[in-house]
Amino acid sequence: MDNLFTGIEDRGLEYVGASRIEGPLVVVENVRDVGFDEVVEIRDPAGNTRLGRVLDVSGTHTVVQVLEGTTGLATKFLRTRFLGESFRLPVSRRMLGRVFDGLGRPADGGPPPLSADRRDVNGMPINPFARRYPREFIQTGLSAIDGMNALVRGQKLPVFSGNGLPHDRVSAQIIRQARLLDEQVEFSIVFAAMGIKHDVAEFFIRNFRESGALARAVMIFSLADAPSVERLLTPRVALTLAEHLAFDCGQHVLILLTDMTNYCESLREVGTARGEIPGRKGYPGYLYSDLASLYERAGRIEGSPGSITQMAILTMPADDISHPVPDLTGYITEGQIVLDRDLFQRGIYPPIAGLPSLSRLMKDGVGKGFTREDHPILASQLFACYAYVKRVRGLADVIGEEELSPLDKQYLKFGEAFEMEFLNQGEYENRSIETTLELGWDALSVLPQEELHRVSDELLKKHYRMKRDTGEAACAV
Amino acid sequence: MATVKSDGRPFATRISGPIITAKGMSAAQMYEVVQVGSLGLVGEVVRVIGDLATIQVYEDTTMLKPGAHVECTGAPLSVSLGPGLLGNIYDGIQRPLPGIEAKSGAWIRRGEKVDALDSEKKWTFEPLVNAGDDVAGGQIIGQVAETPLVMHRIMVPPDISGTIRSIAAKGEYSLAEPVAVVETGSGPQDIMMMQRWPVRVPRPIRERLRIAEPLITGQRIIDTFFPIGKGGAAAIPGGFGTGKTITQHQLAKWSDAQIIVFIGCGERGNEMTEVLREFPELEDPRSGRPLMERTILIANTSNMPVAAREVSIYTGITLAEYYRDMGLSVAVFADSTSRWAEALRELAARLEEMPAEEGFPASLPTRLAQFYERGGAVTTLAGDRGSVSIVGAVSPPGGDFSEPVTQHTRRFIRCFWALDTGLANARHYPSIHWLQSYSEYSEDVKNWWETAACDWEDLRTEALTLLQREERLQQIVKLVGPDVLPDSQKLILFIAEVIKDGFLAQSAFDTNDAYCSPEKQVALLRIMLGLYHRGRDLIQDGVPLGMVRGMECVSDILRAKSALSNKELDRLADIDRRLNEEADRIAQQYVKGTSCYG
Repeated sequence: MDNLFTGIEDRGLEYVGASRIEGPLVVVENVRDVGFDEVVEIRDPAGNTRLGRVLDVSGTHTVVQVLEGTTGLATKFLRTRFLGESFRLPVSRRMLGRVFDGLGRPADGGPPPLSADRRDVNGMPINPFARRYPREFIQTGLSAIDGMNALVRGQKLPVFSGNGLPHDRVSAQIIRQARLLDEQVEFSIVFAAMGIKHDVAEFFIRNFRESGALARAVMIFSLADAPSVERLLTPRVALTLAEHLAFDCGQHVLILLTDMTNYCESLREVGTARGEIPGRKGYPGYLYSDLASLYERAGRIEGSPGSITQMAILTMPADDISHPVPDLTGYITEGQIVLDRDLFQRGIYPPIAGLPSLSRLMKDGVGKGFTREDHPILASQLFACYAYVKRVRGLADVIGEEELSPLDKQYLKFGEAFEMEFLNQGEYENRSIETTLELGWDALSVLPQEELHRVSDELLKKHYRMKRDTGEAACAV
Repeated sequence: MATVKSDGRPFATRISGPIITAKGMSAAQMYEVVQVGSLGLVGEVVRVIGDLATIQVYEDTTMLKPGAHVECTGAPLSVSLGPGLLGNIYDGIQRPLPGIEAKSGAWIRRGEKVDALDSEKKWTFEPLVNAGDDVAGGQIIGQVAETPLVMHRIMVPPDISGTIRSIAAKGEYSLAEPVAVVETGSGPQDIMMMQRWPVRVPRPIRERLRIAEPLITGQRIIDTFFPIGKGGAAAIPGGFGTGKTITQHQLAKWSDAQIIVFIGCGERGNEMTEVLREFPELEDPRSGRPLMERTILIANTSNMPVAAREVSIYTGITLAEYYRDMGLSVAVFADSTSRWAEALRELAARLEEMPAEEGFPASLPTRLAQFYERGGAVTTLAGDRGSVSIVGAVSPPGGDFSEPVTQHTRRFIRCFWALDTGLANARHYPSIHWLQSYSEYSEDVKNWWETAACDWEDLRTEALTLLQREERLQQIVKLVGPDVLPDSQKLILFIAEVIKDGFLAQSAFDTNDAYCSPEKQVALLRIMLGLYHRGRDLIQDGVPLGMVRGMECVSDILRAKSALSNKELDRLADIDRRLNEEADRIAQQYVKGTSCYG
C-alpha cells in the first residue's frame, strides 16, 4: 500500500480555492499526487474542517465528495488538504458500549478509541474459498421466523417493511431474544442508523438498555438531520468494526443496518450530482454492486470462531417490493422477512407475511441434528397450505364464503388458526422452537390428513392431532 | 500540474473507479492486458484514441494516482489450459482462489498473482502418436488421467501443425516440460501439456452439428416437458427468491454432461461456498465418483471487482470449449447473466458511452449473442463429437420479463424456463411455470426419447394439454366457484393437481426425488395419465368424481416420486396394476348397480 505514495513530500500541502461546488461535490484544480478514493480535509471559511473523499482524479481536475455537506463553502476561501490514504477507521474491542457518529468519530463525549489498528472502511472481499458455510440455527423466539424462515448464524436476512409498520419493534425483539440452542454465547451488537429519526434511535437505545445489551452494543448514528452524504460511509464504518470484532476478536456479531432505503437515496443524490447516467428510478446503475459491497460483508470464515449475522431494515416506498432498493437487496441477501400491512391492520404481531418471506439458508440449518426432524417438512407444508388459503380467500371475495366447498371452508379455518395462533404472539413472548413446531402442527391439524401431501405417513402418525374434531375452529390448544 | 513522467513509459492520467486513462499508449492493442502501478493491478485496454488508452482494471483502484506506470504485456487476456483445471475454483481472471488464500489469507488482496495451474505438479503422460506422424492443430497426441472420472487429452494447439519430431515416453512430466516437438513450416515447436488461449476468441472447430441428444438433468419438468439438447442454450429467468440458484445447482449436480463449468457471476459468496462444500460429497449418479472431479468453478462474487465479473463469463466458456475439443460434452451454468450485463452497463457508463435501453449499452444484444453462440454441438478439429451446452440464469428487476436482458436473451436461446413467483411462494419447486416456458429442442430430442419410450411425445403433449385446460377452467372457477363445473371438468382440475404435486414439483433435498431417471419420469407420467383415462371413463359411466378421487392408489401415485427410488420401477408397475384393478372394481359395481354410493 505505502509504496503507492510516490510523492510523500507533497503530503500536508494545503490547496486554496476550488473551481466548482455543486451539490455534495467540490472540484479542485491542479492538485498534485492525489489517489483515487483518498480522504480530503476541507476547511470552510469559519475554520471548521469537514471530511471528503476523491471520486475522480485526473492530471488537472480532482472531484471531491464532501461527506459533511457543502453548506457555507466558498470557492475562493476553500482550503483542502489531501491526507494520503483512503478512509480508515481505528478499530478496537473497547468500542463496545460506545456511540459514534456516521463517520466513526465519538459522539458520546468520550475520547477517540486508542488503537494502532486502522482499517480501510471499504474492506476487502472475502475469498469464497475461505468462507465457512453458515448453518447454526438462531432461535429468535418468533414463530414466523423460527418455524418458517429460520435465521442461521452468519446469514444476511433483511427486513422489508413499509412506513408505519412495526419493523423497529420486530427487529428489537429479534436482537433481544436471539440465541443459539446449545451455546450460551451472547451476540455483540453493531447498530448503524442511517437517516432515521431521533426517537427511533432513542427507542433502540432504550431497548438495549432494558435488555442489558447496551454494554455489548456499538451504536453508529447518522440521523435524519445529519448530512445525507455522510450516510455513504456509515454502514462501511459499522461493517469494518463488525469485521474486527468477529474475525479478529472471535465474537459473534449481530449487525443491524437501518434504514437502507435512506442509504440508497444518498447514493442517488451523489450519482445525480456527478451527472451519471441514471438507471431505474434514477438510482445509479451500480446500485447492485454497491449494495453487494455492503451485504456481502457478512458470514463466517474458516478458522475464525466469530461470525457476522446481518439484518438490514429497509422501507419499501409505497410498499412496492419491486422498487429497485428491495429488489436488488433481495437478489443479494439470503432471503428476506417481509412485513405485511394487511396483517398489521388486523392486529397481528409480528405482521410477517407468510408467503413472500424466505430464508435461503434455512434448509441447511434446521431439521435432524439442528432443530427437530419434522421442521423442514412442517414448514414446507405450512407454506403450501397457506398459499392455498390465499387462493380460497380470493375466491371467497368473489363468490362469497357460503358458496365455498366444505374443504375450502376448512382451509379458511386453517388460515385463521395459522395467523392467530402461530404467527401472532406477544412482543415479549419468547417461544422455544419446540413450542413453535407444536403450534404449527396444531394449525395443520385443522385440515384433514389427506390434504397434507408433503408429510410422510410416519410424521403424520407422530404429530397429526388425531382426536381433534377437525370441524371446530382451532383456537383452543 | 500533475506529476509529469519523463522516462517515456506509459502512465495513468485519470482514475475513475475501475476505469483509468493512460498516456503514451499508441502501441497498445485493443483488449491487451496491462499492469498498472507498483502493485501491478491487472487491466485490459478497451479503447485507444491517439496515444490515450482507456483501461478497465480488474482490481480495486483505491489510492491509485495519476502518474502511475502502465506496463503493456503485448497479449490479450488469456487463460491457461491443461490438466489441473478440474476440481479447482477460480476468480474471474483465472486466479485460483485456494492459491490466493494460501498467499493472503481469508481476504482477497489486490495485486495478488498466482498461477492458474500448478507448474510443479507431475502428471502421468501417455503418448498416443509416434515420431514421424503428421499432426494438425487440435489433434490429440497423448492423454493424462486428470481425475478418475476424466481422461484429459493433450492436444496440439490449434495454430500449430507439422510432423512430430519427438514425443515423450509414458511417464511423469510437469506442465512446464515439453512432451513433444513438432516440426512446423517455420521450425521446431515444443508442445507442452499446457496451452494458453485468449478468452474473447472462440476456439476453432471443424463444423457445427445438429443437436440430437438431450442433456438429461434428472429434473422432470425439464427433461420431459422442456428438454435441452446437448449443445443447446437455455435461460432461467426469475425474480429473487424463485429458486434460480437452486435450480442451477440441481442441474450442475445431476446433468449427464461429462464436464461441468459453473460460473458464479456477481452472486453470493455463500452460494459458492455451498457448492464447494457439497460437490465433493455428492456422487455422480452414473459413475459413483465425487461430482467435484468433473467440475470447474468460476467465482466472481458480487463484491469482487466489477470488471472481472464482465470477463468471468468468457473465462468460463473458454475452459468449456477446451474440454469440448477433447470430444467431451460440457455444460456451462452461468449465474447470473444479468449481473454480467450490469457489469457491462456500469463499465459503459464509466466510459461515457451513449446508453440504449435502461442504460444498457447498445452492444448488449451482440455481446449476449457472442456468448450463447459459443455453445453448440460440434465436430472438433480432431474429428470427435463434442458439445457445450449453456444454461444462463437471468435476474430481471422486479421479476419483469420485459426488461432488456431477458428480452435479448430470448433471441439467442431456444429453451426458456420461466420461474414464477407464485409457485415459489407456495414452495412449489422447481418453480418453472409450465405455461410460460418453452423448448424448441423437443423435436430434436424426440428420437432419442422414443427409442426408450415410444409414447413419450404423446404423454407430454397430453399432459401439457391437460395443464392448459386446467388454467382455463381455473379462470371460470375464480369467477363462479368450482361447483358449477361438471365432474368431467373437475376431473381435469384434479388430475392437474396430481401432475403438479406428484410430477412437476420435485424436491432437491430428498434422496429419491433429487434425481429422477428418464425411465421413472416416463413411468410416473404414464400412471398419472392412466389415472386420468380410467377416471374419465368411469365418470362417463356415471361414477361420481368423489370415488375417483378417493381411490386408494391416488396417494401412492402422489408419493411415488419420493417413496420409490429410481431402481424400483417394478413397484411403480405394481401401483399401475392396483390402479387398474381398483378402477375395474368400481366400474363393475356401477354396472351391477350394487354400489352403496349410488
